[in-house]
Amino acid sequence: MMQTTSQTTENNNKFAPVSSANLTSERIVRPSLNYWQDAWRRLKKNRLAMAGLIILVVLIVLSVVVPFISSYDYQTQDLKIKNASPSGAHWFGTDDFGRDLWTRVWWGTRISLFIGIVAALIDLIIGVIYGGISAYYGGKVDEVMQRTIEIVYSIPYLLIAILLIMVIGPGIPTIILAYSITGWVPMARLVRGQMLTLKEQEFVLASRTLGASPMRIIMRSLIPNALGIIIVQITFVVPTAIFTEAFLSFIGLGIKPPLASLGNLLSDGANYIRLYPHRLIFPTIIFSLILLSFNLLGDGLRDALDPKMRK
Amino acid sequence: MVKFILRRLLYALITLWLIATFTFVLMKNLPGDPLGEGSEKIPKETKAMLLKQYGLDKPLWEQYLTFMNNVIHGDLGASFQFPAHTVTDIIKQAFPSSLQLGLISIAIAIVVGLSLGIIAALKHNKAGDYTAMFIAVLGVSIPSFVLGPLLSYYVGVKWGILPAGLWKGPSYKILPAIALSFGTIAILARLMRTSMLDVLNQDYIKTAKAKGLNSITIVVKHTIRNAILPVITIIGPIFVNVITGTLVVEQIFSVPGLGKHFVTSVYSNDYTMISGLTIFYSSILILVIFITDVLYGFIDPRIRLGKGGK
Repeated sequence: MMQTTSQTTENNNKFAPVSSANLTSERIVRPSLNYWQDAWRRLKKNRLAMAGLIILVVLIVLSVVVPFISSYDYQTQDLKIKNASPSGAHWFGTDDFGRDLWTRVWWGTRISLFIGIVAALIDLIIGVIYGGISAYYGGKVDEVMQRTIEIVYSIPYLLIAILLIMVIGPGIPTIILAYSITGWVPMARLVRGQMLTLKEQEFVLASRTLGASPMRIIMRSLIPNALGIIIVQITFVVPTAIFTEAFLSFIGLGIKPPLASLGNLLSDGANYIRLYPHRLIFPTIIFSLILLSFNLLGDGLRDALDPKMRK
Repeated sequence: MVKFILRRLLYALITLWLIATFTFVLMKNLPGDPLGEGSEKIPKETKAMLLKQYGLDKPLWEQYLTFMNNVIHGDLGASFQFPAHTVTDIIKQAFPSSLQLGLISIAIAIVVGLSLGIIAALKHNKAGDYTAMFIAVLGVSIPSFVLGPLLSYYVGVKWGILPAGLWKGPSYKILPAIALSFGTIAILARLMRTSMLDVLNQDYIKTAKAKGLNSITIVVKHTIRNAILPVITIIGPIFVNVITGTLVVEQIFSVPGLGKHFVTSVYSNDYTMISGLTIFYSSILILVIFITDVLYGFIDPRIRLGKGGK
């Protein structure tokens, strides 16, 4: 008995409580980063993705600003200077109606970006709702919705888009509509896959136990957690929609002149390449830069937003 | 397995039926009169006779049934532009050039694309990887309808290395095929790289290394063979890419194929031609997707045994 007591005292002496003031080694020195800050840090390290981001910002700013400050507009014709080569007055030269190509290229960029972004938003809304519902309810609902997707997915969308535009007539809304008919499918698949994993996790169970409605769980628990993957998908949808516009313009179903879009500038330029290469070169550079920067940024974002990619 | 194939077949048929119906509905809703402009001047009797000749006097559902029946029997109607030819005739005559162009471009894309992907994965995060992936991203960023005119002008006209257009002999096929394959190269290279990296991390590769196999055997026999499997899944998208590509590439290089017919039909509002070609192209695509699905089911037991897979 005595022995035990003495041992305890000894132990007490050996393991004296440490005062919390001395815990310097345990202190968290660096600020803790949330998911987005962490992703941003990883994105910043990816030089290609940052180059994409910077090019993209420059292109967007120019497409917004140039049409306002340029001394020409996109439709004023000046037949005295038609098909002029690039010069001090017309940086990208002029087209066959003597319209300033520099202004038209940036107007076109603006319209193409607008089409891309609106199409991406429509995609996002339909895809997220469809994928979310399909994954959340599961069972029969999921089965029917997935079979529907499989069928829609094997429809060659460009051909259907062409038919549709021939009936409704070309224009910005028609092009967006034509793209959106099947454009939402990859997004819906992606969201569903992500949600299927997420909905099994404890925090969803917790919020269900607390009596949250299905809509609330989808909107507040599932979607925010799938946001990373959704953003990555958007960076691939925008260039695809821009590509679609250009393709349709190329076969004569895109935006009609005098309005400019990168698509109809490219298509006009291709017709005149033998005589006036500048008319194809400049729109090509801008068009390819847009696609390139979106793709580089998308690749970088995919690596940055996926925690599994952490080294 | 039989059940799997039958279900795929059912989907393929439903998709085809949907596309044909959609085409029919759109054709019925076209702006304008089916007899063309100024048809109000045509005497009533003539009009009635014309409508009867084209079956337009019957109720809509009967027209629909006739249309579907014709489609099933491969009769896609007569072209507006060339009234003497049926759409089926034109397909028979023009499709071989398109098919040839498509196959050459796919062959180029497979060789170049897969090589780029393999190099990129083996030189992961080194200069080779970046170069290969940069080429792949360029492929996505420069569509065939931009690359085509550039190639035709610089290689064909300015430097005069290869013919800039037309379709007369082997040398005429090089430029269009390159323009057409660029996008596919990009898709293939990216997929192959990801797939290779995936396989390189597997335990059986470590085992192979531990056994002391030389690196060429490991790459050729173990890595590439396994990594090439997922590539089969994108045969469908590749075909879509190539078919839509032929539409513009044939136009640019004046290749007398089906794609050129399609585009000229769009310009001249030849509706029967467009609807017929849409149905024809869709059937090819759906057939390709069906074959890919079944093929993949055969090769990868996980798909066959799982709940139908994706």
